[in-house]
Amino acid sequence: MQKYSVFSLIKNAFSDHQNWEVAWKDPTPKKEYDVIIIGGGGHGLATAYYLAKEHNITNVAIIEKGWIGGGNVGRNTTIIRSNYMHDENGLFSEFGMDLWRKMSQDLNYNVMFSPRGIINLAHSDAQMNAYSRRGNSMRLNGIDAVLLNRDEVQKLIPMADFSDNVRFPIFGGLMQPSAGTARHDAVAWGYARQADSMGVDIIQNCEVTGFDVSNGKILGVRTSKGEIKAKKVGLCVAGSTNILAEMLNMTLPIETHLLQACVSEPIKPLLDHVVTFGAGHFYCSQSDKGEMVMGGDLDGYNSYSQRGNLPTLQHVLTEGIAMFPFLSKLKMLRTWGGIMDMSMDGSPIIDKTHINGLYLNCGWCYGGFKATPASGWTFAHTIAQDRVHDLNAGYSLNRFSTGNLIDEKGLGTKTWIS
Amino acid sequence: MLYINCPHCGLRSQNEFAYGGDATVKRPELNKEISDQEWDNFVYLRKSPRGKHLELWHHISGCRQWIKVERDTSTHEIFKTYKANEAIE
Repeated sequence: MQKYSVFSLIKNAFSDHQNWEVAWKDPTPKKEYDVIIIGGGGHGLATAYYLAKEHNITNVAIIEKGWIGGGNVGRNTTIIRSNYMHDENGLFSEFGMDLWRKMSQDLNYNVMFSPRGIINLAHSDAQMNAYSRRGNSMRLNGIDAVLLNRDEVQKLIPMADFSDNVRFPIFGGLMQPSAGTARHDAVAWGYARQADSMGVDIIQNCEVTGFDVSNGKILGVRTSKGEIKAKKVGLCVAGSTNILAEMLNMTLPIETHLLQACVSEPIKPLLDHVVTFGAGHFYCSQSDKGEMVMGGDLDGYNSYSQRGNLPTLQHVLTEGIAMFPFLSKLKMLRTWGGIMDMSMDGSPIIDKTHINGLYLNCGWCYGGFKATPASGWTFAHTIAQDRVHDLNAGYSLNRFSTGNLIDEKGLGTKTWIS
Repeated sequence: MLYINCPHCGLRSQNEFAYGGDATVKRPELNKEISDQEWDNFVYLRKSPRGKHLELWHHISGCRQWIKVERDTSTHEIFKTYKANEAIE
């Protein structure tokens, strides 16, 4: 594989950039693989990469219905953080933060990781107390957390509404300085390029239409490009999980919902951090191109449409304007939607299933992008070793029936309420 | 914008409604002894189909009645709406 560097860039400039190697091949599927990963999104590509890198399993295929990186890894708001209170989520995400910091070097691909810090705003004394508790829990797990008072927040984000007589005055906030953003497409492409170079077949435009299961063991998958045998199969399909589960006669603690995001026209550098509104569900950061990147609530009813509806967008941006009044002056450049695998306690599932050789990775709710490396790393371990790693032991499928929920937000089973 | 035909009030915009989830989920009988698995099925497990989905909506800014709506989850087409206690065809 060609190494990307300033020297290869200069060298290829002399031939008008016509001689770059393809970043990944477009192979026809083999008859059989050791492992098939269904879903060529961030998590699937990362899983294949860590299977090859950490476990030396390279006879692997990624099967993707559309094109790689066309789902949620290309539709999110690129936020990376580990500001969780519960041990399972905190330790898992902080492990991921380490992988994020090393990712550009590791993949020889600039993922533009930018640890600019995330600020969660608080709008009441009670919320400051809750943030203090959450910050302390984070620090006990070795995650950086700083409780900010109103003046400290104002120094960092003076453009927020600090005027008198606002409905939700800013009391302070909780900051994780090491959190940030990354270029989401580059994450998918970087993992794809490295996985491909180690022998993984990335098969695009190939839809799974069924599974071959016999005597409780997975034998392979049926696809639009024919039957492919496999010793092990991993599902990494986010919002489409329930569609595949139905083919397997499984019912999961997951509902698929639509989440929208949007960007404004580009403006000069203004906002240095990722900021979330504490009296509703709205978050905002500024991209390197200058666009304000924004997101918030689910549309609020089961949906597979990948297209949003205006009432929710209006609601979310009303919150945005309450936080940052200047947003009302900006034009909207783009809006889009992605379908989320909303689990019943808001935490993911990375586990084995009752079918031998079938593994499940789903339930990422709003937080799939930041989990990409840790999810891939632990899912690869679970598949390769046929047992869960300590990091994803809590993310079990049976935790719902045993009562060991990881309900970070305390929302219960109404996944569409935020 | 979705337009939902409330069986009590007629066609209204989605802004007047709150979503209530899958209407096919049945709470286990009160007097029956049930297993953890049955309780798990009721509380947590959902089919979440792509296509026709029977769901509850609450006309919270209207007549405040719960209704059932048969809607396509990929096209958002609404086929039929029912009163909460109406038999489903």
